[in-house]
Amino acid sequence: MLRSLYIWPDRPLLSLLVLLVLAMPFLYLAREPMHTLLRRASRAIVRPLRLGARWLTDAAARMRTRNREVLLAHGSRELRLSIDRELERVTILVQRDLEGYPALQRRLMDEITRIEEDYKRSGEVPPPSPEWVKAIEALAKIRATGDGVVERILADIRDSLDDIYQKVVAEYRAAYQQRHKILSTCVPFWRSASQTLVQVERNITSLNDSAAKIDANVEKLESIFARRTEVENALTSSASTQFFISSLVMLIAFGGAYVNFKLISLPMSAMVGGGDYITDTLRASEIAALVIILFETLMGLFLMETLRFTNLFPLGNITEKMRRRLMWVSLAILLVLAGVEVALAVMRDSIIAADVALKQSLGSAAAVQTEASWVTRIPTFGQMILGFTLPFALAFVAIPLEYFVGSGRIVVGAGFTLLIRGAAFSLRVGASLAGEAGKLAVNFYDVLIFAPLAIERWIRKVPETASHKEKLQSAPAFPQPATSGEEVL
Amino acid sequence: MKLTTATLALGVLAVCAGCGPAVNHNQAVYVLVDTSGTYTKEVNKAQGVVNYLLGSLEPGDSLAVATIKSRSFSEKDIVAKVSLTKDPIQANSQKKAFSEKMAQFAHSTQNTKGTAYTDITGGLVQAAEFLNETGAGRKTVIIFSDMQEELDYKTVRNFPIKLDGIRIIALNVSKLSTDNVDPRRYMGRLEWWEKRARAAGATEWRVVNDMEHLERVFSRRG
Repeated sequence: MLRSLYIWPDRPLLSLLVLLVLAMPFLYLAREPMHTLLRRASRAIVRPLRLGARWLTDAAARMRTRNREVLLAHGSRELRLSIDRELERVTILVQRDLEGYPALQRRLMDEITRIEEDYKRSGEVPPPSPEWVKAIEALAKIRATGDGVVERILADIRDSLDDIYQKVVAEYRAAYQQRHKILSTCVPFWRSASQTLVQVERNITSLNDSAAKIDANVEKLESIFARRTEVENALTSSASTQFFISSLVMLIAFGGAYVNFKLISLPMSAMVGGGDYITDTLRASEIAALVIILFETLMGLFLMETLRFTNLFPLGNITEKMRRRLMWVSLAILLVLAGVEVALAVMRDSIIAADVALKQSLGSAAAVQTEASWVTRIPTFGQMILGFTLPFALAFVAIPLEYFVGSGRIVVGAGFTLLIRGAAFSLRVGASLAGEAGKLAVNFYDVLIFAPLAIERWIRKVPETASHKEKLQSAPAFPQPATSGEEVL
Repeated sequence: MKLTTATLALGVLAVCAGCGPAVNHNQAVYVLVDTSGTYTKEVNKAQGVVNYLLGSLEPGDSLAVATIKSRSFSEKDIVAKVSLTKDPIQANSQKKAFSEKMAQFAHSTQNTKGTAYTDITGGLVQAAEFLNETGAGRKTVIIFSDMQEELDYKTVRNFPIKLDGIRIIALNVSKLSTDNVDPRRYMGRLEWWEKRARAAGATEWRVVNDMEHLERVFSRRG
């Protein structure tokens, strides 16, 4: 195209230079309209880009506000659920333990009274008779005169006293033994009282812990209602962590589902037909296996929902009785499906065994090798156990799924906001580049017509120089003072 | 609402995993075994190929084995045929029965003298008729022969045949003693058959003499 314009095809540079020189006067004449055209073209690109950038920034701000609302709503919902759970625990604790507190107190009081009575009884010692003590004192004052009668009387008295002393001591010891017995009967009561008090203390401590948790959650809830930034940051971070963990758990669950799928897809071909294809690559048996797995997952979701582990469905408006019924129905269906899987595992094994036997009899060893996949290496019993347990394991997917959905909305929203902001920034950069490119194009145009511009500047400069010279000539070399020089001198 | 969306997404994912138009994946294979002249000695190899096919066919597929004789356009030449049921266990029993029939045929053929003439065209027309009746998505004719057609003067086979949508595989095309003298005869013969097959509308023409790697020829997507 350009080659056709060359004056001397073998000298393109020279041709271009000559063409430029020839075009220069025309380009110079078209300078003003060309400048306007370039500026307007640049503006035509810059303005929509800026407009787009502004719209995207506004959209990002709106989305951020919306995300914030969702985040705070999600956080407050989680906290409310947590508070509800704690309050439920407290209610159960109060109903179970504190309801029996009057009876417990009565029992405690009875035990304390009995201990007190026993204690008093153990402290009672029979006091010696005061007359008997006085008689002894009187006898002790009698002096030994050496009179035989007196001596004999005193010896009789001493013997009698010894007997009495022995008797009294024996009685005293018996009384102490009795008191010890009473005290030993007190020990179980003391233990019981102590245990009761420990239990009371434990309950109170648990109650205190729950109350502390409730307080902390209420405080967080207040912060959410007050829309504090630190709470928002904490909730975002928590949502990201939840999203990551739930994704990981879901990935593991998908692995389990895949194993389950592999286990039942082959035997399903005996039920729905082996050679039927729904699409180009999906067999009918595979779809059937997938449907069974999805059903199991669904029943698991219902089970978890009715057990109040998750809150994915709006089941708040159904009665407790209905909830229980739903729970039993879900569990029953899950059990039936698990049973079906056990049967399928057995069938799978028999199909593979028959297939291998046939191929061996046909002598196509290569085909036998290709069919012997990793699943065939699991013994039948293991396959049966897997078939039975995997549906129940899949049921627990409901918990990470709830977190995945809840936190996914926040994380994806945040990511989307970031993306929009990035796009707005790119548009702004683009607008700036387009503006600068416009200016550059104007300057480049002037560079192309540098010669006429230089001539124009020179022509303009000539009269200016002339007028300047005229001004210089008309002006006196030295300013004339108002008074004459002679007078000065 | 959230759960419904999640379940829907899972369903869509599951369905879209194999998006594409519904295709008839059933196979129908017709094996023509040459029992003329000295080629009867090769029947044991044909039995091996049929056994391999039985191992690779899936429920819903069809298989037939017929002989190439002096005149082969006849149902009487079909040694055994089967349309496998959708139930894999039943299909296995069908395969077993078919294999036994094939073994009997191979045993009986070894003790008989080969036919004087070789009517490959008649066998092909009979095969096309059978394959079209099965309605399978993938139709294959396996010719187990030296591809040397010899007809008596009464038999008329020089008319255009129809093999639309059928792939032809010539297996174990043995060289004749005359081919050894002039190999161009062998190559010319194969070229003539290829031209004829393609003119008849065959989707593919293949000559396979390496019997060790049959999986390359009979792979499901091959």
